[in-house]
Parts: sequence; structure tokens; C-alpha cells
Amino acid sequence: MTALVQSRRRVLASVDEAAASAGLSPGMTVTHAQSLVPDLTVFDARPDHDETDLQKLSLWCVKYSPVVTPNPPDGVFIDVAGSAHLFHGEAALLEDMCAFLHTLGISARAAISDTPGCSWAVARYGDAKIVSPGRSSEAVASLPVAALRLAPQTIASLHDVGIDRVAHLCSKPRASLKLRFGGEVLLRLDQALGSAAEALPSLIPPEVPRAECNFAEPISTPEDLKRVIDKLCEDLCADLEARGVGARRLDLVFVRVDNITQAARIGLSRPYREPVHLGKLLAEKLDLIDPGLGIETATLIASWVEAVTERQTVGRHIGTDGADVDVSQLVDTLGVRLGQNKVFRLAPVESALPERAVRRVPALHPPQPLEWPSKLPRPSRLFPHPEKIEAVAELPDHPPRLFIWRNIRHRVAKADGPERIHGEWWVGESETNLIRDYYRIETPDGTRFWVFRDGAVGQGGHWWLHGVGEA
Amino acid sequence: MAPASPPIAIADLRRWLERTENHGPATGLALPFGVPDLDVHLPNGGLSLGHLHEVIEGGPASEYAGIAALFVAGILARLPGPVLWCLRGRDLFAPALARIGLHHDRVIYCETWNDRTVLPAMEEGLRCVGLAGVVGELTSLPLTASRRLQLCAGQSGVTALVLRRWRNTTEKKLAGEPNAAATRWRITPAPSPATGFDGLQRQQWLVELLRLRGGEPRSWVLEACNAKGHLTLPAALADGPMATQAPRRAVAG
Repeated sequence: MTALVQSRRRVLASVDEAAASAGLSPGMTVTHAQSLVPDLTVFDARPDHDETDLQKLSLWCVKYSPVVTPNPPDGVFIDVAGSAHLFHGEAALLEDMCAFLHTLGISARAAISDTPGCSWAVARYGDAKIVSPGRSSEAVASLPVAALRLAPQTIASLHDVGIDRVAHLCSKPRASLKLRFGGEVLLRLDQALGSAAEALPSLIPPEVPRAECNFAEPISTPEDLKRVIDKLCEDLCADLEARGVGARRLDLVFVRVDNITQAARIGLSRPYREPVHLGKLLAEKLDLIDPGLGIETATLIASWVEAVTERQTVGRHIGTDGADVDVSQLVDTLGVRLGQNKVFRLAPVESALPERAVRRVPALHPPQPLEWPSKLPRPSRLFPHPEKIEAVAELPDHPPRLFIWRNIRHRVAKADGPERIHGEWWVGESETNLIRDYYRIETPDGTRFWVFRDGAVGQGGHWWLHGVGEA
Repeated sequence: MAPASPPIAIADLRRWLERTENHGPATGLALPFGVPDLDVHLPNGGLSLGHLHEVIEGGPASEYAGIAALFVAGILARLPGPVLWCLRGRDLFAPALARIGLHHDRVIYCETWNDRTVLPAMEEGLRCVGLAGVVGELTSLPLTASRRLQLCAGQSGVTALVLRRWRNTTEKKLAGEPNAAATRWRITPAPSPATGFDGLQRQQWLVELLRLRGGEPRSWVLEACNAKGHLTLPAALADGPMATQAPRRAVAG
């Protein structure tokens, strides 16, 4: 908790979570607060330090997007439109960021929405974390007018006339609002709802490698943009070469003539400094860029670099053992085109339940020694959700004699089993009683199915088809 | 009017045509199946590498292409290098591929959902020299798309394998459309030898070569891939009276 001297009284400038739950709030005098909570720890507020720290925090946030703007006294805007896919989506990005800030001892509130204004409002006054596209007006409607980034006097005068919520404000005629409260209210309202644009200047750390192009005439055609990208890549790669590093992440930032920043970001599976390859990957992202009336400045930034270990690139061809075939370019190209998490390898997990035996790992993840047990026969196609079948077995423990799957009756000629699989009791309550008896069955024409029974038939057990294509 | 060209010119022309059709490093390389009957029938003594091959599944669960996937995995298990597998859905179960010798560290999957995304991803993979092969699960493979795949495969020497998938009868009919694939296979489950209710032998497949560029269609009943990815002759046949006929040609690997 920090305190500030204000007109010869010491008042609270900010409170932490524990203090807030004790009933303290900014604006209270320190003596009042101390009378409420006797063992209160008070620090002097240092607005100048806060500002430099916020600047540092913003630089750290460049991890998430190249377009980061500190919003004093206590906020940071991050434009994640072009980079959320690198963190497996917006929800995962928020989670990652809040978890990291928490380890730093910073309690943060964050929200993602269409406009900076709406995010500001929802992060401070709302409870949703992610406002889906086009829902800004609904998200802010029920919030207090203070959520609109207005000056305290304006908020007070709005309260005086009985306007408490943003929805009230929206229902009033615009002309009279402007006359009564000035243009600020309407501007902030429009910015929150997205009808007025708000430019976020991008904050780029000064020391990272970068290449920049300014144009006398604004450019907008895809061919021009492609040419600019190639030029920027060449310049940047020369810089990277001189530093002896390669880029693991590239940010392409375009500033339009209307001062709006458009950004795209690509992640790379290993450090690169080959201009042709990087240019190709960046060109895939061009459709995310809306050039509007034209682009004035283009900047390419290598916001994450790593030392390059030079490797011999000749002599790798078909016939070698295959371990040293360089697939990183392929993985990057597909990753940029389809999405980073859509290119992967599958690795074993020690789990008896078949649907948990596989996990996705990044395509260039180092190999792990774990293997699937080779003795257990498994189908080559496993249904994401087992399909219920009607089956008839001769004896309770026997495989089915015939079964009906999707309205077609299949007779069973041969069978093998059961292979009993128990649920993982450490996962949760529902798993303790989970037992599955798996059978491999073959129909007279030779087709094989992998079926299981989730309990004795007399005790509510059912038959399920879980996979096909078993060798 | 010039006299008709001597036959030697036609032979030259044929050779020239062959060269232009099969440019690239892959000409003539083939992977034997290790089943003499099958390898003798194929032009280069095996599945020609650096070409496009197409695999269809028959039988009641054919829309899942489960055993077709195993047939393809058995081929790739015996080739060196990484594999790119363009999925169409989330039903492939990797432990089954590992059991027939295609190690999980060798396969890079890319999650694609329809033909429009599978085809470019396959082409990208086929341009990457050194891959063992690229597998794509496709519903439709028209002539132009198949020619593009064949071109990429021929230039890099990477083998392209297409698994045909369908969800309804209209899509199933597309599996018969003509295309530029070097071979078209149909794998259908066949009844395995009777052993009663105490265990199952390895599955038997009816392996049909429906279409072969420069060859005749034929079919064989074979035992499913073993732990090394090899198809084998059914035990009953291999030890039976037919076994006395010596293979006509020696086969490697």
C-alpha cells in the first residue's frame, strides 16, 4: 500500500488486495486507515518510479505482441490481434501472462476485446476476460461510467444528473451530451464501442535488431508489400549475420497513413537468418494486414534472437539414416500457414486409458525415451468418443456373439480378450470405479473392431465401439 | 513423303519420353515388399519411390481407412527419414503405427481438415528432400491435383501416399476417378484362419492392385504388416504345396 501527500494530508494512493478486503480504498487518509487497521504497512508513493517501472513492464510485454503501449498510471495496452495464435489462442495467452505476473508479485487484471477502450473498461470494472468480437457494446453497457476513462469531474457531473451506467449514457441524445459534458464523453464512448479509431503506438525495445523503411508515397498493393518484406528481410538478415544470431520470432509492423498500426508476428522453430525463407513465411501473413489508405512506414523487428550454430547443409539427402534431415523449414512453413499448434508430433504418455496414451509435442521437440507397450494390440483409428453398440454375449465374461453398430448387424466369428483397463483413481472421483474390458473381435468377412464393456451387463454395463482397423 | 521411321527412332523417342516424364533423382528406385509374388509383378521390383501412390480401403469400416493407414505405415516404416502425415480429423491412433515399426519420433503430423488444406501441405512436404514420404488423407484427388503431387514427388524423390477417405456414398464414388497416381491399391480385410475363441492371429488382407502404370491389375491375400512393417504370405500358403515353387527372382530386404 502506498501513500501520497495531498493538500497537507497523507492519503492512500493505492492499496493491495489484502488492504482492499479490509475495507481500505484509495483516497482515504492514512490516519483513518490506521484507525481501521492498526498494523498497517505504508510506503511512500513514488509516481516517477512507477512510471519507469511501467515502462519496463511494457517492454517485457513485447513478448506477447510488438504493439504495446504503456497507459499510465497503472495500465498497459497490448495489441494481440496478430500474435495470439503463437500462444495457442487468446485465453491461453491471458493465462500465461497473468501466471507470470503473479510470480513477479504483481496482481494483474487483464481483458481482451475489439477495442482498447473496451478492454480498459472490462479489465477494471467487468468480470469477463475475453469479449468476443462484435460484443463490445454489450460488454460495457452494464459497467459504471467510470469505465470510460473519463476525468473525475466529468464522472461526478454525470452522477449529478443520474447517469451511472454506460447504458444510460448510450440512451441519451448525443447532441445534448456534447453540449452538456463536452466532446470527451462521446469520444471515449465511441472508442470503447469501436466507432472511433484509437491508435496504439508500438513500443519497440531500442536494442533489438530491426530494419525500417519509410515511404514518400503510401503503398498498399500486395506486390509492393511483398517487395518491401523482401527488402526488410535482407537488411535484417545482414544485421543478424553481423551479430552472429538468428531470429526466433519476427514482428512486422506497418504504420498506416491514418496512424493506425498493423502488425503480424511469426514464430520460428530454430534461429534463422535466411532472407528468402523468412520473406516467404512473412508473405503468408500478409492477408492479416489491412493497408487501408496506404502504409507509410514498415518495420521488421527480430524481437527474439538466439545464437546460430552453423551446421553443414550439404550431403544430407535420401539414403542417409534420416535423423539429420533438416525439417525445420518445412515445419515453419506449415506452422505459419496452418497455425503453430497444428504441426506436431505425437509422443507416448504413461496411461492405461487409450485416449490418454498420446500427447502432442512440438514438431522439433527432442525425442523422449518413453515408448508405447508393443505387446498390446491397438486399432489404427480410435474414435474420439466411443460409439454405443447393442451387443449380445453368451456368458457375462464372454466377447459378444453379435452386435449392432449404426443399425447394421455384425456377427462375430472370432474374438480375443478381455484386456481389462482400470480408471486412474488419482485423476478424480469419477475414475475410481471405471473398469473397461476390451475385446478384439472379427466378423466373418475379416473386419476387426475394438470394443469394450464398461461393467457387467447386469449392473448397467454397456458395450461400446472404440476403434477400427486393427492388425 | 518420307518413309516410315525405322523402329530404332521409336525406341529413342520412348526413352526420351520416359526421361521427361520421370525427371529427378527417383527414377528406377523402388522399395520391395519382400513378398516375391508381389514384387515380381511390379515394374521395378517394388513400390516405385518418388511417385504418387493411392490407397483405398474396402469392407464395412472403409470410411475410416484404418487398415489402409496400416498398409501405408508399413511401407514408410521400411524407408529411412522423417514422415509428414497430413491428417483429416483426429482419429489416427499413433500406438498402432508404432507397433508395425513406424516410430513416433519419425512422424510429423499436420492437422488439416479438408482437401483444400491437405493438398498444399502435401506439396510443401514433397518439396522437402530427405523425407521418407508424405501421407495425405484426401476425399477427392482430381487429375490436376494428382499431377501436381506427382511432379513434386518426382523432383525431390519423396514418395507421396494418398489415403482416400469419405463420409458418404457420393464421396465414396470419387475414389474411382482417374488420376496420375502410379499405383492404386485397395486393401480389404479377409477372414483370418480359424482358431476359435482363444485368440486372434495376425489379420489377413486382400491386397488388390487396382491400377498400375505400365502393368496389369492383380490381387493377393497377404498377412498384415509385422513389427517391421513387412507384409508376409499367409502361414498356411507359405508352408503349403504352393511353397515348393521357388521365387522367380531374388529380392532384397
